[in-house]
Amino acid sequence: MYQYDQYDQKIVDERVAQYRDQTKRFLAGAISEEEFLPLRLQNGLYVQRLAPMLRIAVPYGLMSSLQVRKIADISRKFDKGYVHFTTRQNIQLNWPQLEEVPDILAELAKVQMHAIQTSGNCIRNTTTDQFAGVASDEIEDPRPWCEIIRQWSTLHPEFAFLPRKFKIAVCGSEQDRAAFLLHDIGVQLIVNEAGETGFRIFVGGGLGRTPVIASLIRDFLPKEHLLTYLDAVLRVYNRYGNRDNKYKARIKILVRAWTPEVFAERVEAEWQHLKDGPATLNGHEIERVKGFFTLPDYRAVDDKAVQTQVNALAAEHKGFSRWLDRNVKPQKQQGYACVTLSLKPAGVAPGDVTDRQLDTIADLADRYSFGEVRTTHNQNIVLADVLKSDLFELWQAARPAGLATPNIGTINDMICCPGGDYCSLANAKSIPVAEAIQRKFDDLDYVYDLGDLELNISGCMNACGHHHIGHIGILGVDKKGEEWYQIQLGGSADKNAALGKVLGPSLSRDAVVDSIETLLDVYVENRLEQESFLKTYQRIGLDKFKERVYAPAS
Amino acid sequence: MHQLLKDGAVVNNTWQLISADTDDLPQGDILISVSCWQAQRHNLANHAGAVGVWIDSNEEIEAFVATILDLPLIAINFPKFVDGRGFSLARLLRDRYAYSGEIRAIGQIIRDQLFPMQRCGFNAFAFETELDLVEASKSLGDFSDAYQVAVDQPEPLFKRRA
Repeated sequence: MYQYDQYDQKIVDERVAQYRDQTKRFLAGAISEEEFLPLRLQNGLYVQRLAPMLRIAVPYGLMSSLQVRKIADISRKFDKGYVHFTTRQNIQLNWPQLEEVPDILAELAKVQMHAIQTSGNCIRNTTTDQFAGVASDEIEDPRPWCEIIRQWSTLHPEFAFLPRKFKIAVCGSEQDRAAFLLHDIGVQLIVNEAGETGFRIFVGGGLGRTPVIASLIRDFLPKEHLLTYLDAVLRVYNRYGNRDNKYKARIKILVRAWTPEVFAERVEAEWQHLKDGPATLNGHEIERVKGFFTLPDYRAVDDKAVQTQVNALAAEHKGFSRWLDRNVKPQKQQGYACVTLSLKPAGVAPGDVTDRQLDTIADLADRYSFGEVRTTHNQNIVLADVLKSDLFELWQAARPAGLATPNIGTINDMICCPGGDYCSLANAKSIPVAEAIQRKFDDLDYVYDLGDLELNISGCMNACGHHHIGHIGILGVDKKGEEWYQIQLGGSADKNAALGKVLGPSLSRDAVVDSIETLLDVYVENRLEQESFLKTYQRIGLDKFKERVYAPAS
Repeated sequence: MHQLLKDGAVVNNTWQLISADTDDLPQGDILISVSCWQAQRHNLANHAGAVGVWIDSNEEIEAFVATILDLPLIAINFPKFVDGRGFSLARLLRDRYAYSGEIRAIGQIIRDQLFPMQRCGFNAFAFETELDLVEASKSLGDFSDAYQVAVDQPEPLFKRRA
């Protein structure tokens, strides 16, 4: 993974010093609340319902075991001994003290981490596929490009005060695992007919109040032009994005108002001035960054023999077999596999882990995955490059730590925002809904029979829980001061991204869980062989589900 | 304030900011709006004092930029400090139109913006509120290097790494 040199380190260290001074001046009354707000947000510090919340950047979801141990350590020293993994592959501390944040940042800087631009109206953490580098459908490893974008966007002097937050995702594979069409800019790596690598550029996707799938504005951008083109997009947005109404300020609103064609023309015109300028990438830099994402030292493995061993163990241990089915994915290197450690055991807020679990994750990474850990936008942890012959041992070690719940991709692997328990924006709680669903669907055979099912929960229309793109989406709404929930069906975050449709009037918290059961009954009754919930929904339509959920009690 | 930061030093402000459009311009160094400049620029040839313009953050400078490039001072107004359009305007003036006079940030700016503003081509900062300018000027040096190309650094860090 990328390693800082003295330049990277200095910039992060100087940011810590700058923020320390800003905090000191704020506490001394020399900076007003209003002025301090964007300053602290640009460093990831929110003031929440109960306490401040600090969001720590995990660039494109990649961490070393050393960094994971540091997070564990910080959560012990400065917080309550647990942290939360977010849908942007970042980490949140729920209970830090505002006065201590500069010290936390200084600790992070020691392991090449920071909280720069994890919030506020600026360019946020660039995200990508959790299986980058090992996915068998990969066109090119997206991580070097994410790192190049990270450096370009870090403390960009022109774009620190955008109309609204700005999110970029890079997709390097056939299957989309980064939801890149739901970002302000979606960068897709492609190879053109001449065999050259470049990018397709999409703009104006996003969730929130007005969910939109991004529009293609450039069919092929040669790779050396990436940064000048991004500069052009950002400059057009910075100048012309709506600044009067924060709900109309995302780039998607501008793209829609102008039409994607006009937006593309405006960007192209701006880019003509920047193209081939000094920010044009050169082969030396691209190779330098790629050099940090080399493959580990794989061993030559007799894949067939190992697979036979694994199968034999699976036949003996039902729990291991289930875990293999749900939590282990093949990777392109023979004899190795990707393991997802579930952060969604029943009874725990999705994405929450304790300091001890973090230490265990770091140990497992050191032992089985070359010391590297990946965070996912589904709020789980991936260990890639695990020898298949180590799988059984890994499973045994992860189980007592509560990290081996075999529920990846099932209804119990929900994406869920912190909701009304923590967040001051939320209309409703989301964690208790997730918990009630997990408790209701605790029969593993039933859960497996349901197969792949994405259920996403947001506590308000800001959509941090990605409810628009869940096969089943749940949105907390405020109804005369009471917490109600709206259900949406048919959302999807893959290459054929789709936004869910509202099922009907919102429901009380108790009714939500029963209604989910009804929806699943309709699915099970109507599905054709091997058909997923989403496919069945696409075939039979919303009404079949709606009729049953809102049928008058007989 | 009677004083401002210019090229890193505290200096007296000799310019009068004329916020509203008027035919009755005072003598001395004046900073007038773009519409005022467009209406009166031909009458201002004999003005006793220097003339500069101030641009609001939402202005399409492309429409008039050619007429202001010979002025000694262009000010860019920040109606709110979180309105970041002025950063792009300053870069356009320097990078695209090669303006070499003074670019002054005016309006609701805060000291914590000095470093990026300077990178975008501002060399003067007139704060609305009273503050210790010598103390504030320290923020010009918040960072000793940066990744991006900007007005203060024509080469990106990736071309300068040792």
